[in-house]
Formats: sequence, structure tokens, C-alpha cells
Amino acid sequence: MSSIVRIPTPLRTLTAGAREISVNSETVGACIAQLEARFPGLGERLCDERGELRRFINVYINGEDVRFLAGLATPLCPGDEVSIVPAVAGG
Amino acid sequence: MTYVKALRCRECGREYPQGPAHVCEFCLGPLEVTYDYQAVRQDISRGAIAAGPGSIWRYQALLPVQRASQADLGAGWTPLIKANNLARALGLRELYLKNDCVNPTYSFKDRVVAVATAKALEFGFDTLACASTGNLAAAVSAQAAKAGLRAYVFIPADLEPGKIVGAAVYGATLVSVQGNYDQANRLASEVADRYSWAFVNINLRPYYAEGSKTLAFEVAEQLGWRAPDHVVVPIASGSLFTKIWKGWNELAEVGLLAGQRPRMTGAQAAGCSPVAAAFATGSWDIRPVKPWSIAKSLAIGNPADGHYALRVARESGGYIEMVQEQEIAQGVALLARTEGLFAETAAGVTVAALQQLANRGKIGRDEVTVAYITGNGLKTQEAIAEALAPALVVTPTLASFEQALAGQIPLSDRSPKEEVKNHTRRESFQK
Repeated sequence: MSSIVRIPTPLRTLTAGAREISVNSETVGACIAQLEARFPGLGERLCDERGELRRFINVYINGEDVRFLAGLATPLCPGDEVSIVPAVAGG
Repeated sequence: MTYVKALRCRECGREYPQGPAHVCEFCLGPLEVTYDYQAVRQDISRGAIAAGPGSIWRYQALLPVQRASQADLGAGWTPLIKANNLARALGLRELYLKNDCVNPTYSFKDRVVAVATAKALEFGFDTLACASTGNLAAAVSAQAAKAGLRAYVFIPADLEPGKIVGAAVYGATLVSVQGNYDQANRLASEVADRYSWAFVNINLRPYYAEGSKTLAFEVAEQLGWRAPDHVVVPIASGSLFTKIWKGWNELAEVGLLAGQRPRMTGAQAAGCSPVAAAFATGSWDIRPVKPWSIAKSLAIGNPADGHYALRVARESGGYIEMVQEQEIAQGVALLARTEGLFAETAAGVTVAALQQLANRGKIGRDEVTVAYITGNGLKTQEAIAEALAPALVVTPTLASFEQALAGQIPLSDRSPKEEVKNHTRRESFQK
């Protein structure tokens, strides 16, 4: 069983409109690498030159921000839901 | 007409036509409204502004909508109070308070929502929505009621009762999220991606945020078209702080202010201070936190504009100050007891920061300083209620009253009238 990645609207031009992508990856970082391999260009939208998550990109696993977990090294389990959400100001 | 040129990505500079979008399609950076400042400069004047409406719409030329909507609630043009008593208590010479407690739903959020609603109607939306720490929920709900729009507001379940009532009363559908604001906001982002609703702080954010600039415009005009030397602003997401800065810059750009801009200082509470923490360590990276502050309207652990707020504070020569949680209620009380102004916990943070800055010499005694008081105290009464239990509890007899009074005031102080006054003053300044 694989994990599901939810793709936000601005990135769906790269995924041929797909809202959700199934991946088989052991970590968040590997998941992003897999997305890049299948949808070239997606990786650089999410990570900067140093390979770190861009500061206005939030990635959540089952609703928890990966920056409260182990960042890109956070393990992914089958059935996990990964959400990619651009930062939003508000209040 | 508007003077808007485009939506521009703050990160990569790519431009987009106006639409309900907040994120750059290329780099996912935040979009911001840009204007044709040369054209504004030709058309705008201090006289024309003075002859305009007594609301944020007197600055329409620097807002991204043509005019107030038919359903406008009249936000803005709030009092700038010369706070002589508070200034004296803090050892400052010239201090002003921008009192945004008196907006239609009692916080500065009415400014941003007025702009967002006008834009939502322009784009043809039938539903207004937001994620909120409380104040925005009320503003969206009230504005939607007046405009005849449906409204959904996403709030953390543990919000203050006053804020829940203050939003629900206008008829919005409250979505109480079992989690903190950051989780409610994340959920709202995902909902925004699926439903075509006008989320004021998500897909309408570039327009919405522009409304906060009017807090700079008004202060400049109210000071006789000059910028103060130093301003103190509470920080949650950092949007208000950065937009007030944009406001001063725009006034200079269109010729309404001479070049001088104030030092910009932000205020956060210990229970949620990711921006202050980054400022203190000299870092540019905001590390998100899980908030536990009683200043819930500032409790955003993952502040989207935090990075830009750092930049503004450093560029302008200001600070991002952190105050202790127990100082928040004291700040609320100090403001009320010196200036007769009852403001919410966010203002307690602002006033406590002001006090700390003055004590540490970070605000010069002679600096003309403005503190932004962004929300009304009736919204967050429980945060300070405990500290304000009645001083005298009596049975309805004169004897009981005099006995209680005698127990409260030392004998030597007791002479008619004067003693009560003394007592009150002592209490206010010893805290």
C-alpha cells in the first residue's frame, strides 16, 4: 500500500491536473525525489538549491507539519496522507 | 478606476493579471499587488484625501479595488489618541495610540475584510470564508451578512467565548476545528483548493492584506502628514506589520511624505514568539512553534510573513520584542488605567513591549512613537478577569461598606475623597 500526496492547484499544471498522486517512498525527501522523477520540475518548486524545503512551502503528514517531525527525513508509512500547502498569512 | 498594475511574486518577481490567486505558479511564492505609482502621484493630493470619506476609502487610489462595496461597513479613520498618561508612566515624551478597537466589529480586521469583500463581489463570488484566530472571523461574518453573501469561518475550537459569539451572531457558519490556528488554516487552505469560495486570507490574500496599509496612511495624515519616529505593532502572521511598512513607503513614493520612515518594532508573547526568536538569534529562518499564549489573536505558530517581518524590522532599525505571558494582563490593565482604553490581549502584548522597550532604552525618550491597538478588550475578558476581581465585597449596608473600606485603606490615608483617588493611582502604577 502506498502513500497519497495531495497536490495544490498551482502545481497541477505539472501533474497533468492530477489532485492526488500515489507514491511508494520511505521518507518525505524520497517522496519529493520520486515526484520529481515522474513530473520533472516539481522538485525545484518544493525545494531550494540546497535541497531544503522552501520557506513558504509547508508539507504535512496526516495533518502534522514535517518541521515538527524530522523534516525531509521524516519516515512515510503506507496509507499516510501528505499535503503540500503554500504558506498563507492571515489571522 | 484603480491604479493596479499586476499581481507580482515577492520571491521571483513574475507578474500575473488580477484574479483570485495568492501563489506564484512558478515558485509558489506569495503574490502582492503592485501599482502604477507615477499615475497615482499625478492624481493624488492631501486635499483630495481630506475631502474623501471618513473611512479607509479616502485612500482608494492606493487600494486594489475601484470603490467601497455597496455593503461597506465603514471601517477605518479611527482615532489617533495622544496618550499623555501612558507616556508619563513609561518615561516617553510623545506617544500616540492608534485605536482600532472602534471599527465596526471592534478590530483592525474590518479594514482588510472591507477590501477583500469589495474584491470578492467584483470577482462574482457568492461565499466569503476565512481561517481565523477570532477577529477576522467576526469581520468576515459581519461583512458577509451586510453583503448578502454566505460565510464559512474556520476557527480553532479553543477560541475565547466572546470571539465565538462575536462571529456567530452575524450568521456565518462556524467551523470549529479540533486543533490550533495553524491546523485550522491548513485545513482552510485545502478547502480553498476544492471549493470556489472567496477565502479572504487565502485566495484573496493579496488584496485583503492591502487594507492594512491604511493604518500607516491614517497615522501619517493624523500627524499632519509626517511619519512617526517609531511604531510598535503586534505580530501574528506578520502581514499587518509588513503592510504598515509598505504604507509608509508608498506615501513617500507618491509624494505625500518626505523620505523619513519610522523604525518598525513588532511585539510577540512568550507563548508564541517564532519571529521574535529568529530576530533575537540573528536568523532569517522562522522555526514554527506550537502556541500556548493567552494572546490567542497572535497565536500563529507558523507565520507566513514572518520572514518579511524580520526584514522590515532589521531594515528600519526596529526590533521584534518578546514579552512574558504574565505581562499581558498587566499591559491591558496599564492601558485601561492610564488612558481609559480597554483593549484585547494583543494590545496587552503591545503595551508590555512598549514598556520593555522604554525601560531598555530601545525607544528613545524623544522619539515620536505610535502603538497600534488592534482589538477591543470586551473580546477577551476572561484573560484578565481573574486579576480584576472586585476589591470590596459588601452586604448592602453602609456599615458593611465602611468596614470593607477600612480594611482596604491604611488609617493614615483616610480623609474624604482624596484617599480613593490615591488608592486608585497607587494600584495602577505599582503593577
